[in-house]
Amino acid sequence: MPEMKYDDYLVKSRMPLFWCSGCGNGIVLGAILRAFAKLQLDRHNTVVVTGIGCWGKADDYINTNTFHGTHGRALGFATGIKLANPELKVIALMGDGDGATIGGNHLIHAARRNVDITAIVVNNFNYGMTGGQYSGTTLEETYTTTSQFGHIESAFDLCRLVEAAGAPYVARSHVLNVIQLEGFITEAIRKKGFSFVEALSPCPTHYGRHNGMKTAPKMMQWIKENAITLKEAEKKPQAEWENKFVIGKFTDKESVDYSTRYEAVMALAEASVSKGVSEREG
Amino acid sequence: MNPNNSIRFIQGNEAIAEGAFAAGARFYAGYPITPSSEIAEISSRRLPQLGGLYIQMEDEIGSIAAVIGASASGKKSYTATSGPGFSLMQENLGVAVMAEIPCVIIDIQRSGPSTGLATKPAQADVMQSRWGTHGDHGIIVLSPSSVQECFDLTITAFNFSEKYRTPVILLADEIVGHMKEKMIIRKPGTYDVTDRKQPACDPADYKPFQADADGIAPLAAYGSRFIVRLTGSTHDETGFPNSKPENADKFIRHYTDKIENNKDDIVMTKEYKLEDAEFAVITFGCSTRSALEAMDLARGEGIRVGVLQLVTIWPFADSQVRALCSRMKAIIVPEMNLGQIIREVCRVNDSGIPVIGVNKVNSEAITPFEIMEQIREVSKCRK
Amino acid sequence: MNRISVNTAWCKGCGICAAFCPVKVFTQERDGTPVPEYQERCTGCKLCVLRCPDFAIQLEVSGDEPK
Repeated sequence: MPEMKYDDYLVKSRMPLFWCSGCGNGIVLGAILRAFAKLQLDRHNTVVVTGIGCWGKADDYINTNTFHGTHGRALGFATGIKLANPELKVIALMGDGDGATIGGNHLIHAARRNVDITAIVVNNFNYGMTGGQYSGTTLEETYTTTSQFGHIESAFDLCRLVEAAGAPYVARSHVLNVIQLEGFITEAIRKKGFSFVEALSPCPTHYGRHNGMKTAPKMMQWIKENAITLKEAEKKPQAEWENKFVIGKFTDKESVDYSTRYEAVMALAEASVSKGVSEREG
Repeated sequence: MNPNNSIRFIQGNEAIAEGAFAAGARFYAGYPITPSSEIAEISSRRLPQLGGLYIQMEDEIGSIAAVIGASASGKKSYTATSGPGFSLMQENLGVAVMAEIPCVIIDIQRSGPSTGLATKPAQADVMQSRWGTHGDHGIIVLSPSSVQECFDLTITAFNFSEKYRTPVILLADEIVGHMKEKMIIRKPGTYDVTDRKQPACDPADYKPFQADADGIAPLAAYGSRFIVRLTGSTHDETGFPNSKPENADKFIRHYTDKIENNKDDIVMTKEYKLEDAEFAVITFGCSTRSALEAMDLARGEGIRVGVLQLVTIWPFADSQVRALCSRMKAIIVPEMNLGQIIREVCRVNDSGIPVIGVNKVNSEAITPFEIMEQIREVSKCRK
Repeated sequence: MNRISVNTAWCKGCGICAAFCPVKVFTQERDGTPVPEYQERCTGCKLCVLRCPDFAIQLEVSGDEPK
């Protein structure tokens, strides 16, 4: 395979990107394509699976194999794709509404099962595509088009959620920290097992506009100012960081992935055939 | 009997699972639900023995998603469910239609709506299987009436699904699924197995939705030397989104046409004693059994009755039913619902003959006597 | 000197490059389009390239071998 540069994975004929001015999706897309180039992924052996939402349009710009399914279900499709051919690199791109709200159940179960998929969630705190309604990660007391008097629900901490569900790789960064983000994505793709990267990202058009941050730089600055590294947080009492964005790598451990474990099932099943009628049936 | 075959006394659900293995299916994703769970249990044991894979997902939405994904990776894939689970699958069933991904969905119908009578039979998902997912589309639905048909039609379901790049629904019911009968397990080589068409072009020229002259586009698998872009959004031949009205029109018509234009191949019926019949019973699934018994009872009383069994429910057997209506004095349509197939019969009843339903929704099977009663009624009126 | 070019066909004028350049290389036109007015300040860190959400900034760092 000739050496791939990051923009060799980009569908240039569809540029410029469909997203709003200042949307962070393009920054995450760039980080992903650079990670692809760093890992020299074979386009034929890579499948990018997307859900529905602004970030769900990302596959339009990626020239690997793609699967664009339904809202919230990217991980279901990705699970089938991966298990039917464990040689594939499968990367699921989901937004916070898509992957963590309507698709939240699939997220925790994919993490629990430890299917070798990389899930990259762009969290922009609201449903951008449909006009800026609140999602499962909208912060309390902030404003969206459906929480016009202030949001009364608490937000998911997605990394803690996925970590608790058992994923062996979990990390969070934000788009201003693009180099760190790209590093996490690269590690996550390399990781055997379910890996999860959350990218905090500006939506100046909707979430920003309703919360006094009409431009992308303002919203990125706000994320930065409210961020704290995991290392710093660990040194401080919870009250000092519990309302901040904790940035860093939450988990990076070895854990046997689903396909590998299933190989053992197949070996046992095969042995049961050669033995004839299985003991349990006997 | 063919010496390659073996005879077994098994359950409908077991026969469906055997049919799937025989058709080459090697991936199952599902969620347990009565009265279909035996298919999952058997698949969980047998698939890994066959080098295939079984996975139990968190719900039916994830199950059909995994089935579609696995098929895109090149494995023949299936799931089994019942009413509530079938309802949950409807959105992603549309993905299989839109992205033209072969897969088989087995619905062992039970009494609804909602949880209904979870262990009791019904035949009330006829319209849901046709129109359950939103948007215009064609769909293939087959309905077995015996354990043997469970086996045979499951193979056919996979074959149609691969041939026409479409989801196919096997619409069985609790009676057929849980009934035990003698059946022939056909051995490989004694039945046809169809595999999806592979592209013959240069990989650089491959377009996953570019139909051949037969109207069907070859489908390469992920991980092959072809780049495959699949999507549930409106797309053009390349798999990239395309919202131009003429493109949307072309593809939406295609999803219907590729099924409707092949009705000669897809529509299967079975005829019983229709040659000299004056009255016909049009039926499907478990009700076929009572219809055949009623036919014999009626003939014993000198009433010339025949039976038309709809093996393929969708696309509907328009021409067969229309022709039958033109030469019968009346038609009886027994079904365990309040009248779903009968609407279709009436739609093509150009001759305007009486079409009378025998409908039962109390969770008990329609008996031959209940059908017989209607046959007696109509035969009296027409004398 | 490093050479910065902006692909105006892809740029949407969001201002991220200008706001976060560590050495304030960019000014912006009224519509937000960035102008690398103080190119001589550029240290070649490429953060503008990496943070551009529209793949619109190219940077040639002098001395870098073209890839």
